[in-house]
Parts: sequence; structure tokens; C-alpha cells
Amino acid sequence: MKPAWEVVIGLEVHTQLATRSKIFSGAATEYGAAPNTQACLVDLGYPGVLPVLNEEVVRMACKFGLAVNATVAERSVFARKNYFYPDLPKGYQISQYELPIVKHGELFIQGDDGSDKRIGITRAHLEEDAGKSIHEGLQQFSGIDLNRAGTPLLEIVSEPDLRSAKEAVAYMRKIHSIVRYLGISDGNMQEGSFRCDANVSVRPRGQDTLGTRAELKNLNSFRFVEKAINFEVQRQIELIEDGGTVVQETRLYDSDKDETRSMRSKEEANDYRYFPDPDLLPVEIEKSFIDSVRASLPELPDAKQQRFVNEYALKPDDADILTLSRALADYFEAAAAAGSASAQVVANWVLGDLAAALNRDGLEIENSRVTAADLAGLVDRIADDTISGKIAKEVFEIMWKRGGSESPTIPVPAGQLSLAGQIIKELDLEQISDTSAIEAVVDEVIAANPSQVADYQSGKEKLFGFFVGKVMQQTGGKANPGQVNAILKARLSK
Amino acid sequence: MAQDLHLLTLTQIAASLRNGDFSACEITDLLLRRIEASDASLNAFITVTADQALATAKRADETRAAGKAGALNGLPLAHKDIFCTRDVLTSCGSHMLDNFVAPYDATVVERFANAGAVMLGKTNMDEFAMGSSNETSFFGPVHNPWDLERTPGGSSGGSSAAVAARLAPAATGTDTGGSIRQPAALTGTVGLKPTYGRVSRYGMIAFASSLDQAGVITRSAEDAALLLGVMAGFDARDSTCIDHPVPDYVAGLSTSLNGLRVGIVRQHFDAGLDGQTALAVKAALAVLEEQGAILSEVDLPNLDLSVPTYYVVAPAECSSNLSRFDGVRFGHRASDPKDLFDLYCRSRGEGFGAEVKRRIMTGTYVLSAGYYDAYYLKAQQVRQLIADDFRKAFADVDVIAGPTAPTPAFKLGDKTDDPITMYLNDIYTIGANLAGLPAISTPCGFVAGLPVGLHLVGPPWGEEALLRCAHQYQLQTDWHLACPEAYR
Repeated sequence: MKPAWEVVIGLEVHTQLATRSKIFSGAATEYGAAPNTQACLVDLGYPGVLPVLNEEVVRMACKFGLAVNATVAERSVFARKNYFYPDLPKGYQISQYELPIVKHGELFIQGDDGSDKRIGITRAHLEEDAGKSIHEGLQQFSGIDLNRAGTPLLEIVSEPDLRSAKEAVAYMRKIHSIVRYLGISDGNMQEGSFRCDANVSVRPRGQDTLGTRAELKNLNSFRFVEKAINFEVQRQIELIEDGGTVVQETRLYDSDKDETRSMRSKEEANDYRYFPDPDLLPVEIEKSFIDSVRASLPELPDAKQQRFVNEYALKPDDADILTLSRALADYFEAAAAAGSASAQVVANWVLGDLAAALNRDGLEIENSRVTAADLAGLVDRIADDTISGKIAKEVFEIMWKRGGSESPTIPVPAGQLSLAGQIIKELDLEQISDTSAIEAVVDEVIAANPSQVADYQSGKEKLFGFFVGKVMQQTGGKANPGQVNAILKARLSK
Repeated sequence: MAQDLHLLTLTQIAASLRNGDFSACEITDLLLRRIEASDASLNAFITVTADQALATAKRADETRAAGKAGALNGLPLAHKDIFCTRDVLTSCGSHMLDNFVAPYDATVVERFANAGAVMLGKTNMDEFAMGSSNETSFFGPVHNPWDLERTPGGSSGGSSAAVAARLAPAATGTDTGGSIRQPAALTGTVGLKPTYGRVSRYGMIAFASSLDQAGVITRSAEDAALLLGVMAGFDARDSTCIDHPVPDYVAGLSTSLNGLRVGIVRQHFDAGLDGQTALAVKAALAVLEEQGAILSEVDLPNLDLSVPTYYVVAPAECSSNLSRFDGVRFGHRASDPKDLFDLYCRSRGEGFGAEVKRRIMTGTYVLSAGYYDAYYLKAQQVRQLIADDFRKAFADVDVIAGPTAPTPAFKLGDKTDDPITMYLNDIYTIGANLAGLPAISTPCGFVAGLPVGLHLVGPPWGEEALLRCAHQYQLQTDWHLACPEAYR
């Protein structure tokens, strides 16, 4: 039976654009500088100063628009959103309101039923970020750090097309992947470069009209998005089932308590008194500009995933994960190109041992301690039977500890040993594939364990693993497992 | 050295400095002494930068001796206190900023300084340029040199009074609805408001961004041409400043008015205009005609809507522009705030005067949800109609002429209790701001001993024709040379 309630979610993703200077001033945008050292007179909202639009911001918004198959507006307008707050220096935020730069886009995620699902993107607009209020360590006062004030943001608003927390996360990951592919945002969630608000409502299944929504603010990790939405959905359903009604309000997610709580209701909401900013002219974008941006677009995640399936014969799910980040996809392609093993085996290693090691050490693929070329060298040694998969795992760990070669993506020249090759040689890890040598060890093991041999031969076939283990033990794990199996089978069946 | 150097125009001072008749230090010193002697009764200056002025003058004399004099080398002038001046109090006529020492120079200030001009001080003004009589200034009203009981006009009343009283040969001003031209008319000086986008607004404290434009108050059209050539031109720091070539305005002055098509607005001579002022303006038009100008009537059918339109658009922008004065980073801050809300309320409540508060409230109201369409959006549509009226009129004429203000200078205190009557003082000037057009006021006579002004409006970038028209008129008349008796 289907659940009685349908969940409706729309996301507003705020992504910080990776420009060197701010959206309306020449001050730097670098994260983590001492408070108020990256705020010029324009960012401080001094009397008499004026905003001047950073062209790079327009280019980046255009890139995003084209990447999600949206319309890039020929004319968009900056407006003032008026409200008082100490970290909002001018008393208004410059944003786009009625005429955003990007509208009517779309992207595809895997829906809850496993099929491709289209999610509409209503609009994406440019705006400036506010500063930061600091409440700790200043006794009864609050401090203001305006380094962040004026940092460019692209706010991406989805249609209410998402039907579960899982879909919301899939959508957010897709946006994250796209902005990073485009190089328009570092997507760093710890530093607040990528965060979202979620509009969540529920309605009885089959009902057309939307339920009353709550807006969950400032969700800054994929995990929090999922947890906050799940909590909120449960809260709303229980509220309605207990005879209550959902009120339209803004709610804050508390990750420590894993709950959402009311920040302000609709009645308390600000009247922002939006009007076109008379200090800035409308942004008019010519077709030639859009064409030049289009020509500069990189291959995007969906296209790359398709190509990986076609070109490398990867499993679609593996191609999905490999293409989530451009850096990971690039790593995989470099490793596949540098070696001669099958691409799927390379993919298995990237998604298996390599991903585990990165995760364990908290590293990004860009900082992997095993380079793509070195991984290719290792996988090749498995393919040519120099080492077994099991030994390869040991070699990988040694490679990880030692760190990578100098040229991360260039294959080792012919005649030279790869890093894996060197380690195998140094530690004498080469696989024993000499049949007579293995036969000798097998014979020894059989001779030393007569009772187990008798049991095995009387039907306890599970003991086969015991013999394999003994042989491996005596050969330091280097015996070719396939040969060991074959020889043991032949000898024990005598 | 002659005793009446203060009567010289900027152009005459420039020639004398070139000839070595006197030095920049001498003229600067003389004007500073005049300011010291007269300003107690006029209240034209908020700050007199005597030491800085003398030092700048000395440098100008040295530069000249070295043969490297800029266009305005050694020429003394005053800046309206709305322009940010580095290390000098920039109060904007408000208690809110009476402790604000600007950390940078406005583009206009910078360009004049780079050309070698000497800043004598900062002139008084209506608070945040909101007013038509200079009575809203936190620093007290400015008195008209022609009659100390009367207003010098506003908001650039300190600049107009200083120039009329020969305390400075020229002063900068800003014009949002007539704030340069009306004071010029009321003090017998020349006031030029350039095309919107002609002069950078960077560093000019904003009142209504889409209407504000910097200009000058001088004693001759020639001086206005000289100064406009220096202050005009593209500035990358102001997105609304347009990259349009700057002609040699002085060179353009000498062409005769033969064939110049001058439009007279039918609606300008209706009931609101003082009869004597109307006669003076009509006499001035006759002078233009004698010089070969072709007069014809033009129609600006929506002109009566300009004041109400202005008083929606300007307050709307001002309500937002003045939000930055919150007591957090600069300017007046209430003592011992209980919490953030108290800090905001009292800092702004104490820092702003009544007229500024009235406009912030009006502006907040017209932008509010539910009222935006009826007021702000409607006003923008009417603004477009008014601009269209001008555009149509300029298909047939080169310049539109009429009165600058409906009456000569009124008495201080006369209109302070009636904002609407005060607002109507700008009825002839506001249209040019709404349409972004250049305009000039030049003295054209006296009514009961008080000066009145002829107002000329041009199409976008039409400053050359306006300056030429005013200059040619001044060659035939001497109204602009008249000096109030006490300041001769």
C-alpha cells in the first residue's frame, strides 16, 4: 500500500561563485582572512560609494544557465532587497528579483522509483552575500565581520518537483556536481560556499493543491538536508493527523538535536520593498557573449556518464559515481589510459580501495596519495598475473604510504618499472606461478595433515579452504591462487 | 594689487594667475579673509579648510612656476558638503554625519584637485540635499546675501550664497530636483545641472540615485563651461556614468545664437508664476530673439505631474539610500543602546531631521507591498511620459526656456510649516531631473531688489547649446555681474 501522504519539496541552492573579487567591488573573496581585512569602502557601504558589476559573475551565471538547458535572459535587472541587519552594511541586499539572469532550466536525477526524473529549475539569480555577525568572545557585544559581504552568490530555485528527502539530496548533489564541473564554484560546504534552503510541504496523495509549506533555512550538508527534511515531513504529518494545521513559517534545522524549530512566521516576515537598483544599469547580454560561453562549456556529468558506459563499457552505476566529480572522472580516465587492463577493473579499484583510502584519510581525489599512473601500473600487474588481487591490496597500501610519483598522469615509459613494479621487486612479492614449485608445497601440506585429508576425502569438502590457507601460508601468500586450487583439487582427489 | 579681486570670475582669475598679476596664495588668502569676515551672518560654510587651502595654493604657485599648471591651477572654489573629501568633515548637512570624516575623495573633488583647484571649504546645504530653502540643515539656515532674512534657495544654498557674496568665485552643487538651479536663480548666480551620467556620482552622498547629478554654481556661463570640462567624463566607479566624449565647452561659447530654436513652454506661464518674474523672463526671451534665436511655443502636457511624480520616486530611492546610516559603522550612534532595535531607532531618530524623516517614511510607504504598483510603479510610468514629452519637444527646438523658480527668494521660515508649497518651488526644474536632461539657470533681472533666473533645458548631452545660449545672453546683459551691496 502506498503511503497516504505525498511530500512536496522545492530547493533554493545558494552557491558562492569562485571569482577572485567581489560581485560589486574589487575586494578579494578569499576565505578565512582576518575579520574586515577583505572589505573595501563599497563593501562597508560607506556614504557616496557605488557598486560596479563584476563581468566574470555574469559569465559564470551564463555557464550555469546553459548547463541546465535554461534561458539566459537578454536583459536582467538588479533590485534592492531592503531590511536592517548589522551585517548588511547598506541596509539592503543587491539581488535580482523580477528579472533574473537565468530561467526555465532543468536537470535529471534518479527518482525514488529508479527511473530518470526531470526536475524543473524555475530560475537562478545573482546576488551579493551579507557579512557575518560574531557573538562569541565579545562579552555583551556582537562583532561584525564584513569579509563575506559582497561575495557573489548564484541562487538556484527549483520547481516543487522533489518528492522525498532522497530526491532532494540527489538534486542537490547534481547541482553541486554541475557547478564544480563548470568551475564556477568550489562547492565547499564547510566554508558555506554551497548551502540550501528547503521548502517542504505535505498533502494527501491525489490532492492537486499544495499544502502549506515551511521553509527550512541554511542547510549546509547533504546529510542535514536529508535529516532536516525527514524530520520536517514527519512533524507536518503528525501535526495534521493530530488535527492541527501547518503554518507558513521559516524554520531552522538544529543538527545537534536533529529537529527543526520556528524562526519566524509569515506575519513577522519582512516587507523587503524590492525595487530596481538605480545605481546599476540592467544587464544586457548579447547572443555572441552567450555563444562564446557555450563554446567554453566542458563535458557535463550526464554526457560524461553516458560516454563512460559507451566508451569504457562500465556498469552504469559505476559510471554514475565516477562522474559525480570532474576530478574523479579525470582520475579514472587518466588511469584507464595509462594502463592496459580493462577499464572496469580500473573503475573497481578507483571506487574500491582508492575511495576507501581517500575516505579514511579525509582526502579529496585531487590530493590522492596514489596517482592515476601508479594505480594503472598496479592494475596492470594483476592483469599480467605478476601478483594476485590480494597481494595487490598490500602493494596499494605501500604505495599509499609512500606517496605518488612526480608526474601523476603520465604512464611509466617502456622498459622502466612502475611504482608497483618497484615495490613488488623490492619486497619480492611476485606471484609464484611455477607449477612444480606449487606442487611441492601442496605435497608437503597433504603429507603434514593426514587426518584432514582423510576427512576431506570422506566428504567434508569444506576443508578445501583449510588446505588453500596452508599453501598460501607457506608461500607467503604469493602462490597463484588459481594454480593452487587446481593442483590441490587434483592431488586431493587421488 | 587691486582691491576687488573677489569680484573677478574664475576665468578672469585664471588669466590673472597666468599673467602673474597675483598669486594663488594671494587670492586664496583674500577669499579666506572674506569668508571669515562675512560668514557669521551668511552661514554659507560648514567647514572652512583654510590651512589646506593655503597649502594647496602654495603648491599651485610652485607648479605654475615650474611650468606645469593644470586647467584649474590655483583657482579657488568651494565644495558642497555632500561630496566626500578625504580627511575633511563631510556632514551632508546632517547631525547623522556631523562626525564623519570621509576616508576618500569623490571623483568630482579628485578631478578638481588634480587640475590644481584650491578647495576653500565645504558649503552648507539642506540635510541630505532634501529641501528648497536650506532650512533643513542641521547647521542652521543659510542667508541670502541679497537679503539676509531670505533664503538663498536649496539644497545647494551654501554654495549659491558663497558665490553670490563673492566669498568664492565658484562652488560645486548637486541637483536632484532643482537644487543647483533654484538657489542660483534666488541668488543671481549661474547654476548648471549636466545631463544625468555626464558627471560621476562616485563619492557624492546619494539622495535619489536616478535623479542626482553634480554640477556647479558660478558667476558666468564661461566659468561653468570651464569647470564642466574638468568634472565631466567617464568614471569606471559609477555604473551610471556614461562614456560620452567631453567637448571643449569653452570653445563652443562664442558661436552666435543665430538660428537657435528656443521653445517656450505654454504651461510655464500659468497661474503659479509670479507676474513680475514672468515679465523678467519674457524680457530675457526677447533678448535671445534679438540675437537671432527663433522662438516658438512647445507643449509639455504632463508637466503638472512632475512634482507628484518626483515626490514618489525621490523619497523611494532616499528611503533605501539612507538605510546605511544605522549607527553601526559610521556617523551618529545613540549612546547606551539597550539592544539592536534601540540602537537603530535612536541613532536614526536622533541623527535625522524632520524633512529627512518625512521623506524616508513617504518612500518606505510607496515601496511597501500593496502600494508599490499604485505609487512607485505608476510614478515610473509617468516619469516615462514626462521624458517622452521632452523628447517630442526637442524634435522641434534646441533649447527650452522659461522661469527657474516661480517667485524670487522667499523669507526664511515662510514655508517651513507647509511642505507642499515648499515642494512646488521646484515645479519648473524637476522635469529636467525626471528626464535626465541638462539645464542651466542664468540671472535675468530683479523683482523688488531680488534676483530671478532664466531657465534653459537641453536634450541629452546638450550642455554646449545651453552654455552658449547663457553666455551669449550674458554678453548682452549685466544681471550676472550684479553684486549685493554689502559684498562689493
